[in-house]
Amino acid sequence: MPLRLDIVTAEGVVFSGDVDMVVAPGSDGELGILPRHAPLMTTLSYGELHVRRGDEIMYFAIGGGFMEVLPYQVTVMADSAERAEEIDLERAEAARRRAEERLRDRSKGAEELARAQAALRRSMVRIKVAQAQRRRQKSGPSSQYPQSTE
Amino acid sequence: MARVRELKRRIRSVKNIAQVTRAMQMVATSKMRRAQEQALATRPYAAKSWQILTHLASQSINIELLHPLLARRTPIRHTGILLITSDKGLCGAYNTNILRTAVHFMSGLGHPAMLITVGRRGRDFMLRHGGHLVADFSETLPPRPTPLDVAPIARTVMDDFQSGRYDEVYLIYTEFLNTLSQRPIVRPLLPIRPFELEMDSVMAKYLSPEVTRITGEYIYEPDAAAILGQMLPRFTELQIYQAILEALASEHSARMVAMRNATDNANALLEHLTLSYNRARQEAITKEMLDIAGGAEALRKSMQSAAVG
Repeated sequence: MPLRLDIVTAEGVVFSGDVDMVVAPGSDGELGILPRHAPLMTTLSYGELHVRRGDEIMYFAIGGGFMEVLPYQVTVMADSAERAEEIDLERAEAARRRAEERLRDRSKGAEELARAQAALRRSMVRIKVAQAQRRRQKSGPSSQYPQSTE
Repeated sequence: MARVRELKRRIRSVKNIAQVTRAMQMVATSKMRRAQEQALATRPYAAKSWQILTHLASQSINIELLHPLLARRTPIRHTGILLITSDKGLCGAYNTNILRTAVHFMSGLGHPAMLITVGRRGRDFMLRHGGHLVADFSETLPPRPTPLDVAPIARTVMDDFQSGRYDEVYLIYTEFLNTLSQRPIVRPLLPIRPFELEMDSVMAKYLSPEVTRITGEYIYEPDAAAILGQMLPRFTELQIYQAILEALASEHSARMVAMRNATDNANALLEHLTLSYNRARQEAITKEMLDIAGGAEALRKSMQSAAVG
């Protein structure tokens, strides 16, 4: 029996389907989940989540949240979640610069700073996941993208 | 002749009204579509949150002791109400319905309620009728709110609850069913009661009961209290966010329908007025012709008698 995975955010369902394995960024370290896992509840940190389905591996950038694991069902409730292919690297880098600028501005209140910090971490995860995705596409045998010169 | 001119003026003004209401209907339609999409997109997350919370509650540990947002208080001395209405009018019975529900609920409480209002209509109504407002978030939300925009509202409600300003909090908002029907609803917000998920609510259909059986205890990472400490504020925030999205979708739907009715009415009136106008104009022409004919006849007669005489 395969593992049923749902990745949802407040803005909508990001992924829903049967998979073979989930590797998630738990707050106490990476967690690999296979079917028939013991019931588990954990908080997630910012990081990369990947999913194996047959020969296919899918990557997601996760911006914190919760995960509930039941023997045949994994529910990821993320504060933000994006498929690696869908991340716009340029936009993520612009977001990082904006967040860094906001953090340098010492006149802001604590709440504003916390918000900027969260935005910074989110953008850094997105950049990391998107860069890894580009590297894979370059080195992969079935790469259909032209080699970039960076 | 005066009647004809009067009718003509009325036709022109009714035509103008129809044009305005039609434009408002178009605007409401596009806003409605976006708001509906947004409200529907959030429902799975809200439903999953409930599901996880019910799982936690069904564990052998007494979770009520683990977090202040779960602790029930007796007796209830103060009730907080988060009332969600619209900022703008012209949306049919939308605000009337939600305010009637709110007033009915408040009169059944037995003690005065403290209000936190989101929406100018609800705020003004409560102020006019001597309601006790403790906070107001009207006109602070953008047309497409994100969870971040709702965070200050959630913060206020949770802080006041934890400081003991009120012992329980209810959400009063309009649940979006479809374009033609929305229903005012009162839902407990705090303390969080995981067991009392209303199965008739629109969220229930996103739950999958066949896979919710849990075998054994959860493993918690890091531990149950820490997880709840992060999850419950998020969850409360999300419930408020969901309620606001549902209310927005309802508001725009109600306005769209109200404006469509107004346009239809204006068009019906226009038809009726055009008919009266044509009839009045015809009457005036007939009368004029009669006058002319009568005048000509009189003239002819007087000339005849002059010739004879």
